Amino acid sequence: MKKLLFMLLALPTAAFASEAAVHLDPAPVNLHDQESLQRGARVFVNYCLSCHSAGYMRYNRMQDIGLTEKQIKDNLLYATEKPGELMHVAMRTSDAKAWFGAPPPDLSVIARSRGADWVFTYLRGFYRDDTRPTGWNNTVFDKVGMPHVLHELQGQMAPIYHTVQGEDGKTHQAIERFELVKPGKLTLAEYDALVGDLVNYLDWMGEPAKGARMTTGLFVLLFLGVFFIIAFYLKKDFWKGLH
Amino acid sequence: MEKLLNWVDARFPLTASFKAHLSEYYAPKNFNFWYFFGSLALLVLVIQIVSGIFLTMHYKPDAQLAFASVEYIMRDVDFGWLIRYIHSTGASMFFLVVYLHMYRGLIYGSYRQPRELIWLFGVIIYLVLMGEAFMGYLLPWGQMSYWGAQVIVNLFAAVPFIGEDLSVWIRGDYVIGDATLNRFFAFHVIALPLVLLGLVVAHLVALHEVGSNNPDGVEIKKLKGEDGHPLDGIPFHPYYTVKDILGTVVFLMVFTAIVFFAPEMGGYFLEANNFIPADSLKTPAHIAPVWYFTPYYAILRAIPPMFGSQFPGVAAMGVAVLIFFALPWLDKSPVKSIRYRGPKFKIALTLFVIAFIGLGVLGILPASPLYTLIAQILSAVYFAFFLLMPWYTRNDSTKPVPERVTQ
Repeated sequence: MKKLLFMLLALPTAAFASEAAVHLDPAPVNLHDQESLQRGARVFVNYCLSCHSAGYMRYNRMQDIGLTEKQIKDNLLYATEKPGELMHVAMRTSDAKAWFGAPPPDLSVIARSRGADWVFTYLRGFYRDDTRPTGWNNTVFDKVGMPHVLHELQGQMAPIYHTVQGEDGKTHQAIERFELVKPGKLTLAEYDALVGDLVNYLDWMGEPAKGARMTTGLFVLLFLGVFFIIAFYLKKDFWKGLH
Repeated sequence: MEKLLNWVDARFPLTASFKAHLSEYYAPKNFNFWYFFGSLALLVLVIQIVSGIFLTMHYKPDAQLAFASVEYIMRDVDFGWLIRYIHSTGASMFFLVVYLHMYRGLIYGSYRQPRELIWLFGVIIYLVLMGEAFMGYLLPWGQMSYWGAQVIVNLFAAVPFIGEDLSVWIRGDYVIGDATLNRFFAFHVIALPLVLLGLVVAHLVALHEVGSNNPDGVEIKKLKGEDGHPLDGIPFHPYYTVKDILGTVVFLMVFTAIVFFAPEMGGYFLEANNFIPADSLKTPAHIAPVWYFTPYYAILRAIPPMFGSQFPGVAAMGVAVLIFFALPWLDKSPVKSIRYRGPKFKIALTLFVIAFIGLGVLGILPASPLYTLIAQILSAVYFAFFLLMPWYTRNDSTKPVPERVTQ
């Protein structure tokens, strides 16, 4: 009898076995590292927001990561925008379609739909591929429409191929590793740290209420814990006369 | 105070109802763990209605605005995230509680004479709940909402002759669109909840008419004391009200732990793909229903198309749910409770539980030839549990049932 309950509760730990095709690097997400979140916010506004919107996110929500309204206004906004506005994008949808084939997706909840690890690996997975119109391809998003926006920082990676035997017995070329063919402004370690900050910010932006959620949850569980003791003795007291 | 009560009682049976359904409703004194889930189902219903009302204040049932309005609730509405997570967690917990409640009925024979109608009302509640959950799942207007609804409504298109027209009539369009969203909203927030509330009242009225079953499957009304009350009965209030408060607190601890610390429940309560707005041009690679529908989804996929029609699978899925209606008349055992049944029933029930959970897991996984074979075997076990029941319950050995309940 208890087996059913146990198995239903254990269900969420059963993994999606089919979706582990590409190896994802764990993103250094830390909700409590405000400096990292602020650095990530700056990268996001400077690099991502010119093409991608975050249309459900208001600029002044960044007060939650320790910025003042004045700091947001002075450093992260264009002159015409107000801190209470949503993070819209200036680019027209028709232009976006012409340039990239599809309008770049809104990034408000990208860390929730793709997962922080995926985004972290994706932003570090661009490599030169001259068969693509943009000249770029990506390890976790094959034939991606987006060019490598951060290549000035990371530099250019080129794939080194090797021959592998597939499940069907045939051999084909597969990427073995990457080689930095043209260095960028940052070292690879600095670039990873920058992308780490950006992904941390994206993860926070996916659910700005997460911090409040966890804190509230602790108090709620504490309250229920006390309530449990009272309810336990209440029941015991009422039932003691029964036999 | 007493004057006021007398004034009301002269005009409305307040005290009489309180006595009839609580303070002088005699319930068996040997309820165990499994008897918490009935009152918990009622609790979750209330939670869903209250949180749903607050969501309705901010949600916009419009294909252009729906997704954004949900994110607006998550970000800009005070405690909107809490209301939304309570509602989304509540949906899954409703099914968890209802499945455990139904399992209780299975093991203690609560569907047997004289409680057939309670069971029938319960199965209808379960059916309406499935519709309620399915329609509610479209409202966030994410990719899984959209394509899940597309797949399910397309099932109706498999009905011979009228299928195509039927599916267009349900959608109000040739694809899931704004018209579908609006009508699903109407069904989700008012039509089905009204039906659900009426059915719950009928379920409880029928229960209080015949009295509760118990883990021994003994009819406590057969043996009454000098005061006219069942010897093995205790008043629901205060005994089971205080006990249910305890159960409620434990349940709320689990519930709030999920709401506050794992609202997505690893993608099983809130699917990652549903954070992508609905796009009628991009079909997700892998469409899986929410966990509580997966056993039936696995049965649907297990039945191969016949004569170029998907209808057999759809029919099998429908029968798999509807067959619960027949349960009171399939069980021919002289005893009710599993405690006094023989090995045949116990083996059959164990196999059924394995089949149900196994199908649930398979319904989440992408189809492969091996998984389809397993799903076919488990589907056969699922149906055999019901169809062979008259045979194995009649021929099963039984233990003598005591006169009084055991402790």
